[in-house]
Amino acid sequence: MQKQRLVLIGNGMAGIRTLEEILKHDKERYDITVIGDEPWGNYNRIQLSPILAGEQKLKDIILNDLDWYAEHGIRLVKGCAATRIDRERREVHTAAGEAIAYDKLLIATGSRPFMLPVPGAELDGVIGFRDIKDTERMIVAAALHRHAVVIGGGLLGLEAAHGLKLRGMDVTVIHLGDWLLNRQLDETAGRLLEQSLAERGLKLKLGAKTQTLVGENGHVTGVRLESGELIPADLVVMAVGIVPNADLARDAGIEVSNGIVVDDKLATSDEHIYAVGECVNHRGVSYGLVAPLFEMAKVLGNQLGGCGKQRYTGTTTSTKLKVTGIDLFSAGEFMGGENCDEIVLSDPAGGVYKRLIVRDNKLVGACLYGDTSDGAWYFQLLRQERDLADLRSQLLFGPPRDLGDHGTSGASRAAALPDDAEICGCNGITKGVLVKAIKEKGLFTVDDVKKHTKAGASCGSCTGLVEQVLMSTVGSSFQDAPKRKSMCGCTDHTHGEVREAIREQHLVTLADTMKALHWKTPDGCPTCRPALNYYLISTWPGEAKDDPQARLVNERVHANVQKDSTFSVIPRMWGGVTSPAELRKIADVADKFNVKMVKVTGGQRLDLLGVKKEDLPQMWRDLDMPCGMGYAKGLRTVKTCVGKQFCRFGTQDSTGMGIALEKAFDRMWAPHKVKLAVSGCPRNCAEAGIKDVGIIAVDSGWEIYIGGNGGIKTEVAEFFTKVKTEEEVLEYSGAVLQLYREEAYYLERTVHYMGRVGLDYIKSKVLEDATNRKALWARLQLALAGEPDPWQAQLGADAAARFTDLTV
Amino acid sequence: MSADKNQWQSICKLDDIPAQGARVVKREGKTDIALFRTLDNRVFALDDHCPHKGGALSHGLVYGDTVACPLHNFKISLQTGQAQAPDEGHTPCHKVELRDDTVWLAVD
Repeated sequence: MQKQRLVLIGNGMAGIRTLEEILKHDKERYDITVIGDEPWGNYNRIQLSPILAGEQKLKDIILNDLDWYAEHGIRLVKGCAATRIDRERREVHTAAGEAIAYDKLLIATGSRPFMLPVPGAELDGVIGFRDIKDTERMIVAAALHRHAVVIGGGLLGLEAAHGLKLRGMDVTVIHLGDWLLNRQLDETAGRLLEQSLAERGLKLKLGAKTQTLVGENGHVTGVRLESGELIPADLVVMAVGIVPNADLARDAGIEVSNGIVVDDKLATSDEHIYAVGECVNHRGVSYGLVAPLFEMAKVLGNQLGGCGKQRYTGTTTSTKLKVTGIDLFSAGEFMGGENCDEIVLSDPAGGVYKRLIVRDNKLVGACLYGDTSDGAWYFQLLRQERDLADLRSQLLFGPPRDLGDHGTSGASRAAALPDDAEICGCNGITKGVLVKAIKEKGLFTVDDVKKHTKAGASCGSCTGLVEQVLMSTVGSSFQDAPKRKSMCGCTDHTHGEVREAIREQHLVTLADTMKALHWKTPDGCPTCRPALNYYLISTWPGEAKDDPQARLVNERVHANVQKDSTFSVIPRMWGGVTSPAELRKIADVADKFNVKMVKVTGGQRLDLLGVKKEDLPQMWRDLDMPCGMGYAKGLRTVKTCVGKQFCRFGTQDSTGMGIALEKAFDRMWAPHKVKLAVSGCPRNCAEAGIKDVGIIAVDSGWEIYIGGNGGIKTEVAEFFTKVKTEEEVLEYSGAVLQLYREEAYYLERTVHYMGRVGLDYIKSKVLEDATNRKALWARLQLALAGEPDPWQAQLGADAAARFTDLTV
Repeated sequence: MSADKNQWQSICKLDDIPAQGARVVKREGKTDIALFRTLDNRVFALDDHCPHKGGALSHGLVYGDTVACPLHNFKISLQTGQAQAPDEGHTPCHKVELRDDTVWLAVD
């Protein structure tokens, strides 16, 4: 069968990114032709400002060299504009007179600088700032001439002015607004910026309107303002805005309103023609930043690559100015408005200003100047629409700064780090390695960085810092994690969507789920398979069959793999209580199997280390104890203190309560590990404050705490409620855990689930709705009733194939 | 036999290896070999040793024609033994064939 012909008009970042997304899915699907009027491969337009400033070279910013096109069998028609689209014959005509036929056409023609229609705009020396050619002209002008005027004090204008100033020109910025960057900053921050730029020697004319450009012999010599003032100029850079390049589409009769009108599938009014990038008008918005372009490219790339019907619904953008030494950041509705609260810190003398806009207890806008170290964090809160109840009082001071949380370090601090500073402690990745990879490989997202360098790919605690390094390296082209994050490379669906589909469509096997949701791989990957397996068995207990091949080794062999590929065996000791007979038995087993170490775990039980895989089944038989699931994403232990049976301070039988809880939740699989503790008095010797569910006995009953965590980042559990009886402790704890089991994403600890949905939500489902609480508790009991002891379940006839080796 | 120093030996039935799983073949005085069976019943044989920290690849999760090492998630191609970028390293591969439902391995 003949391949479909895909023609791309526009050899820029949005179009080429779309092709890359298509090729990721299907390299063979299309015969691709790219028509571009610039004479080189796709380059990183955003880095033109650093080139102008002399901080980077042209070759550093090429994203796709000519070899890339050749390698992928793409025909590149470069240095040649498309002149006409013939929709009837489905052909694109080029300036060279060629007619190129298409089955699908993608328009990604970008935008051009808006040139003020004032007298003299046609003079030599009047340019926009858009491409390599413009940049080269500015560099040449800076070498030959003295006076430059930049019209427009927006991001691009200021970056141009800064670059020209660094190249030794005398630069004046003419800006119509009352303060600089009035589309990105409020007045206070704008004034701070103005002061800082003035100190760098830029001349700023605010609230100033250009009347005429004056010239001699066809070349510009000055700019006259409406006030009558004449500013000398050998070079005038117009940076007052961009205009989508929609003429080709308009001339072809495609619907255009400012930009090319596209729907959420990025389709134009002609079903064979799509458009992405700065040339489009999506839901009335045309974008001029890179993050939305890439999101569009992903949506369209998936669709044209034959993978699903994801929709593009718009992008929340953030801003950062690429002027070295000036830190500003803004995102969302930074100006505030009706029903908005503002939280402001203003220290003009110290050059620091922060303004956060809050509506309905959610962050909707941020404007930072001088200290932008928390910008990424605010942006994350904004996009997640996270409830601020627990953060509000401290919001202005950045994320909670806990020991060991590298992620809270700021972009400015990241920028100040030396190249040999270790960013990712797990994989030993230094800042220098990261920056090199980001620049050389053209990385824009934390996920890309993870994939190429492994930084942040292990424990993830350095993700924040990786994000900061990324931000300080690429400036406003920084694309933080998208609001919707797909589960893994095998699908574009989010964890939430997958959970929902499994429930709604009653999917009970991995194969059916992958089929129904158009998985891109035949059998998933180490990320999605364990997650899907959990979603299936937790949604359809008794019905969905646990698939051992979808589990990582620990949960497949029900022991904990060690660095030498031996295993550790942890039997359950209810509530941390054992007996002389049990200890003797454990000692005998340890002797018989030459256990290398017997260790008391943090969860009050014994760990037998250094066991060979083939010995596991016999060891379990000899132990004749329940599996402790010390390896599981599921219930680990219930830690207890001695309680009132012996302790002189004890108010309740904490040990008995702990045993009852452990028995009630035994064999429970969960999105991540679950640890409980019960303390007999507020001295809290069982450390219940850092457990997923922590119980503290008081004289009048039991206090229940949830969402604590003693792991990578220590999190103190939140007070949930107080109950009177042991039955209530079981019911309330069980309901909270079942809610977590049903709604959390795989590998999301209780604290992160709680952070996502809010403590109030959990309270509304468990405390305020008694019927729902009882239903949750009943569902958990039902799910656990059919769950076998993992070790016993392994001792069947097929154990040999799983635990013994073959020989030659 | 030919000059090929490898001897083909029948090792086990296909069903002795779990689908999307692995089975270890012990060798006297040599590195163990891991036999892998993919979802579509292709069989591969690699040293049971991750080039990174020596993890047993037979304990890994098998997907497509790749296995992820259980220790640090290095992804090793079953076809070539090559680690997937950005990781580096190579695990030796062995010749293996499926004849009817019997797995044959070329051992030296």
